[in-house]
Amino acid sequence: MTDIIASRRTLIRSAGTGLLSVAAIAILGDMPALAREAGKGNGVSARQGDIDILNVALGLEHEAIEAYQIGAESGLLQKPVLDLAVIFQGHHKGHRDALSGAIRQLGGAPVEAHSRADYIESLGIAAIKNQADVLKLAQAHELGAANAYIGVMPSFGGKELAQVCAKIAADEASHWSLLTAALGEPIPSAAFLFG
Amino acid sequence: MKWAPVIAAAFLLLPAGAAIALAPAGDAVRGAQLYKARCGSCHSLDANRVGPAHRGVVGRKAGSMAGYSYSPAMRASRVVWSPQAIDRYLQNPQQMVPGTKMGFRLADPGQRADVIAYLQQQGRTVRK
Ligand code: HEC
Repeated sequence: MTDIIASRRTLIRSAGTGLLSVAAIAILGDMPALAREAGKGNGVSARQGDIDILNVALGLEHEAIEAYQIGAESGLLQKPVLDLAVIFQGHHKGHRDALSGAIRQLGGAPVEAHSRADYIESLGIAAIKNQADVLKLAQAHELGAANAYIGVMPSFGGKELAQVCAKIAADEASHWSLLTAALGEPIPSAAFLFG
Repeated sequence: MKWAPVIAAAFLLLPAGAAIALAPAGDAVRGAQLYKARCGSCHSLDANRVGPAHRGVVGRKAGSMAGYSYSPAMRASRVVWSPQAIDRYLQNPQQMVPGTKMGFRLADPGQRADVIAYLQQQGRTVRK
């Protein structure tokens, strides 16, 4: 119950990104079903496995949120790209909230974000000099994230959780497409752009 | 990827973890691209991120990258990351190391061979 209230508060705090909030509520609405589904037939270890996978995914979302924050504060982004970055960051916050909610609902503890200094080092932020560099980092991140979500789906005990990941992967894929367009790069001609 | 079935077959005939002297099947250039796109959201060569740093992983004991917070299962596992062990892990990590945090699977044997060839080509572990 407190979880739900807490997530509502988070959602209210991120008001202004209306669409995102609706998506997050829809996913959170599935939670009791998710929790039942995750342990089904496979016992405690399957549930723990699901929690672990969700927590790894949550780590990716924390990283994305901080990377977009660093990008937005860098002074390297001009409008309308800056606006895009802020919208995408809002989506990642929505993913973070949905994943944290799912993890708590399954009885796990959501991982915390690392420090900004850690991300600056591990993402190689020092090498970033202009808007195109920021876009390329974001593009690589979104591609990797879409692929990561697709790649973990078969490992879930709970099918509903795989569907949550599919929803998130679709968001990351559309981010990738828009960033690719913003960079003026062609879309690959072969099928299966992701996965 | 005509080598992949051969390696898979050879592996089946040998005890797990045995060293197999086979020519590398994968293409490290393709592997570099795949590594970036498939593993790159969680891993990089030199930084511990969501997953541990990978430089020098081939031949390394599982769960031994300094400064990374592994699952208890990975730390306790006795796996040494031979190319064959990585190939098995990527097919279904939680089956090979029950309790591992990595759920990501790479189903295509050719792609696994390419990524492993790339990892093999990347030199020794850089400790930070
Ligand atoms: C969704 C995130 C994610 C993706 C994508 C991913 N991994 Fe991992 N990987 C992890 C995590 C988390 C661990 C740590 C596992 C543990 O501690 O149980 C790990 C551990 C490993 C290890 C063991 C390393 C060690 O030091 O013992 C190997 C090898 C590995 N991954 C290879 C790969 C390869 C190759 C790819 C791409 C084909 C890949 N991983 C994709 C998250 C990921």
